[in-house]
Amino acid sequence: MNTKSLQASLLELVRRTSCDLPPDVESTLRRALAREQKGTTAKYALEVVHKNIALAREKSLPICQDTGSILFYVTGPKDLDSRAFRKAGDAAVKAATELGYLRQNSVDSLTGKNSGTNLGPGSPVYHFEQGSKRTIAVRLILKGGGCENVGIQYALPNGALGAGRDLAGVEKCLLDAVYKAQGKGCAPGILGVCIGGDRAIGFAHSKEQFLRTLEDKNPNPTLAKLETRVMKKANALGIGPMGFGGKTTLLGCKIGALNRLPASFFVSISYMCWAYRRRGCVIGGSGKVSRWLYT
Amino acid sequence: MIMTTPISEEVIRSLHVGQVVEVSGSVFTGRDSVHRHLYDGGKCPVDMRGSAIYHCGPVVVKENGVWVVKAAGPTTSIREEPYQADVIRMLGLRGVIGKGGMGKQTLEACREHGCVYMHAIGGAAQVLADVVTEVKDVYFLEKFGSPEAIWHFAVERFPVVITMDTHGNSLHSDVEGDSQKKLQELIAGI
Repeated sequence: MNTKSLQASLLELVRRTSCDLPPDVESTLRRALAREQKGTTAKYALEVVHKNIALAREKSLPICQDTGSILFYVTGPKDLDSRAFRKAGDAAVKAATELGYLRQNSVDSLTGKNSGTNLGPGSPVYHFEQGSKRTIAVRLILKGGGCENVGIQYALPNGALGAGRDLAGVEKCLLDAVYKAQGKGCAPGILGVCIGGDRAIGFAHSKEQFLRTLEDKNPNPTLAKLETRVMKKANALGIGPMGFGGKTTLLGCKIGALNRLPASFFVSISYMCWAYRRRGCVIGGSGKVSRWLYT
Repeated sequence: MIMTTPISEEVIRSLHVGQVVEVSGSVFTGRDSVHRHLYDGGKCPVDMRGSAIYHCGPVVVKENGVWVVKAAGPTTSIREEPYQADVIRMLGLRGVIGKGGMGKQTLEACREHGCVYMHAIGGAAQVLADVVTEVKDVYFLEKFGSPEAIWHFAVERFPVVITMDTHGNSLHSDVEGDSQKKLQELIAGI
């Protein structure tokens, strides 16, 4: 594969992800704007949000200055050279940082020193999976720190919530998480949830839910119903855009489930802000983009 | 309503929760490292009296020798809660700009010293970068890194919502209280 082409393709993927919200997110936000009452700060906040989305697209600049954790999800053929891919991804991220599509966002946890390039241990993050096609599907999520900080993991049973090891218990956790987040994760937000798994894979799977579109329907009917129920109830909390109070607190709720140990029952919740930056593309053998995803 | 820095105490004390206002003049970014530095007795390299500190880690790049702001929305303010009351007092701030609101200590400092919490729209990095007309200066760039530095911005009509005022009111504690009641009802019904 042509390394230069691959780098250029990934750089364009980073630019699009940072500067241009996917259509499903934008249309969901538009419906939210229509729902809020005239003259309220909730409506005002969503008007600014829309103005911002348009401005970022027009100027080709980051929607949010916190360009967040850089999460690549790569599905490739069985002979995909993951080390070469990482090298191209790192080069694209470094270039995107120099161009201002990404903020200098990677800090040494011991010294506090910013690497200035977004490269360093744990940044960016790559998830590789083997697919059945000859092409490489690359999905990218940029997730800011404000929303990452309000993520939470519950271990059931939870006495304070009266939450047992069942779906009713899970539902209580999800509503509690939305309440606890208030506007701090840049509401209206999206919940990515994993029921089960261990503590690490639970959070990883909760984030993978953000690869779904807001308009999709969960193939598992039990989870689909739970998603609908949580959306309705969370939006009755009245937290609203930015926590100003209002009708739209959540834009989406996406739930997955993994098996658990008999002794454990984790509910892992990742919160995504309204600036839900998710893009993807299919890259052919030449390293060039053959198709954009989520369009 | 447009307020130009330095803002008088009288103007600040006339503001109420829920008002949408615009700030023109000087604002200074300052987030985790800056607050910690000041709280620990470190000197502030610039006089911020009468203006606002902005919880923001912007994207700023140098183009042809000039700093250009590429994105500049607010960061979550609550992390500065342990330091904010002292920083308001020490620097003579009239405004704290951020997102997500702050706690009781900051609310009390707002009442005592004549300061308000100005909520910028989180994530609106372009709308807010658009009203920065000039980067006047930067401090602690080397020491703290770009997002954590103090950037002195000249702004024109920077839009904010007053969510904590000098009268002891906080929209954040109101919404939190109301939503907690609702949460309890919902949980009881599951």
